[in-house]
Amino acid sequence: MLNETSQLLSDSVEKIFSDHVTKDCIISAEKGEWPESLWNEVIENGLNLVLVPENLGGVGGSWFDAGILFKAIGRYQAPIPLAENIVAGYLLGLGEVPFPENSIITLLDGELQLSDNKLSGVSHRTPFGNHSTHGVAIIGDNSKSKLVLVPILDNSTSDDKNIALESRSNIEFKDVEALHVIDVDFSSDLILKIGALMRSCQIAGGLESLLDQSVRYANERIQFGRPIAKFQAIQQELAVLATHVAASGVAADYASSSMDDGGDELAIASAKSRVDDAISICASIAHQVHGAIGFTYEHGLHFSTRRLWSWRAEYGSGGYWAKILGEKAVSNGADNFWPSITSGKI
Amino acid sequence: MNTPFNFRLTKFPNEAEILRHEVREFLSDALKDVPKETRAETWYGADENFSRKVGQQGWIGLNWPKEHGGAGRSSMERYVILEEMLTAGAPVGAHWISDRQSGPLIIRYGTEKHQKELLPGILKGESYFCIGMSEPDSGSDLAALRTKAEKKGDIYLVNGTKLWTSGAHRCQYMIALFRTSQEEDRHGGFSQFIVDLSLPGVTIRPIIDLAGRHHFNEVIFEDVEVPQDMLIGTEGNGWNQVTAELALERSGPERYLSSYMLLQELVNEFSNKNDDEGVTEIGRQMSHLTTLRQMSVSVAGMLDQGENPALEASVVKDLGAVFEQELPNIAHRLMGLEPDSKGTDFQRYLAILTQISPSFSLRGGTREILRGIIARGLGLR
Repeated sequence: MLNETSQLLSDSVEKIFSDHVTKDCIISAEKGEWPESLWNEVIENGLNLVLVPENLGGVGGSWFDAGILFKAIGRYQAPIPLAENIVAGYLLGLGEVPFPENSIITLLDGELQLSDNKLSGVSHRTPFGNHSTHGVAIIGDNSKSKLVLVPILDNSTSDDKNIALESRSNIEFKDVEALHVIDVDFSSDLILKIGALMRSCQIAGGLESLLDQSVRYANERIQFGRPIAKFQAIQQELAVLATHVAASGVAADYASSSMDDGGDELAIASAKSRVDDAISICASIAHQVHGAIGFTYEHGLHFSTRRLWSWRAEYGSGGYWAKILGEKAVSNGADNFWPSITSGKI
Repeated sequence: MNTPFNFRLTKFPNEAEILRHEVREFLSDALKDVPKETRAETWYGADENFSRKVGQQGWIGLNWPKEHGGAGRSSMERYVILEEMLTAGAPVGAHWISDRQSGPLIIRYGTEKHQKELLPGILKGESYFCIGMSEPDSGSDLAALRTKAEKKGDIYLVNGTKLWTSGAHRCQYMIALFRTSQEEDRHGGFSQFIVDLSLPGVTIRPIIDLAGRHHFNEVIFEDVEVPQDMLIGTEGNGWNQVTAELALERSGPERYLSSYMLLQELVNEFSNKNDDEGVTEIGRQMSHLTTLRQMSVSVAGMLDQGENPALEASVVKDLGAVFEQELPNIAHRLMGLEPDSKGTDFQRYLAILTQISPSFSLRGGTREILRGIIARGLGLR
């Protein structure tokens, strides 16, 4: 059972996405078009402000609420940087900076230097970089870092894309004057961790969509005189798909809610590793059940699978996070292994 | 369609976390002398002395209502006891079934007489129950079972054979599903009975498993006269009563923690090695363990709220069994050591778990049956 804010957000994102995220919408976004009306709806409903504190004009929601939106992005394959903007709003909120109006913010990552409040360097494969007006970065690897908000200038972005044809720009900064520079007590690793949470939730949503499409297709497609859903071979495969979809949803929810409880790495690292394992199994089954039609551009299955194959490598692959978990487990020792699982802290 | 599953995150209440520390303290003393291979068996391992100690703590029937002698605490608190016992390798096998499902069944369907006579022994950790479902010609197809209970005056005359009955040789009672009539509906005509295993005509024969252990049995009924008042619930309603038990049987921590000791031992082994592959694999298994635990706890929460999470329980059991079965193979791949029941701690865990792992996806509902249930939940059948 969801609380009132969560329910409201959930209803609102479902309504907006089911109205606007059509196949045509995704296809034109893949061609580089900005989905203006979809984005406007999202902004009008304040979905980008879910993690912005109320005193800064935001919704003041929880990470669990944000997780609901992240999952919906994955489930509908919404071709917009809503997740990134939610996270940007959270980071700015930590620095008491309100979300700048009429802006689209991306998360910067790469070799960036700050000197006299001017940012230089290249942010690599920046999500939706060439649609964004601003970037947020954390400069510094220790607890004395700077949170930076910079404008993204015209002609500074490349038009690179991931295999889902979502913008992943390299953005070049040459002494770009920052709008805000705030001293903060967290390091640039925070973006990696929150990025992993955000992608884990999106993946969990994307996997739900694989299950949904596969079940529907199996009930429609007739071979040997009956829907293929009636064959035990297909039923058993789809059941396996469903178990991993269920596990991914739980792993993602646990990670979101752990951010509300202080943000230990255990749940987030677990989520990214767990959903990565699920993708290998689920994408394979979904495509197998769909047969050749699922391999065409015309059919929409790939809008999910291509995103899943891209997202799993972003903000640390499953293997990256598994290694972090394993390293901590062995350094804590066998006697502390179970207590770390029950406390949710490693 | 969104997923048909209803997993909601469930948090343990504070009192459960307090209890967790009490349980850990108790176990660190109670398990001092339990050998490694017994620990690796977790709920396959049985020790009546240990069960009595657990009963003395008041930790059997923890979530039963007070009027039935239970502690009236939440299922979440009971869950803590179970998971702490399993991960410590406590030999909980003797009282496990009675605490998990026989007692709750007696509370739900039993007469006052059943409750007065049978529950106190369970609560003390002295009275043990087994489950009589499978038969020689009725495994996954439970409705094919043939053991008959014919009403004759004030008794039922029982003839037939139950098979794969875990722990029957150390139990006083069996809760058995018998056929009481032949109906058109293939799920009709079944009834549940509480059978005193000391009755004349009951023969319990051991079946030795592939690891040489005696856990399950063949239980033969020859003209056994079961008193009429030992029918539990409603005559003819046995199928529904049995399926209601399944969520209890399929979602607990025992459905993903069977190989836990091996994972903990791997953490120990890799503490002194500089091995990225091993460490990464340990982390990967942690991610599965963490997720399964949240799923299983979620089902416990639903049970606590009086919901019927039968579908979710099947998901937990299927994924849990895959996880438990994979661990011995992963341990082998990472360590390359022979499973050896006289070797190092690691080798002893590996020896027992490698051998018993095939049972993980058989007991309590086979993988194929569970996936069939899930497929039905998806609207495929």
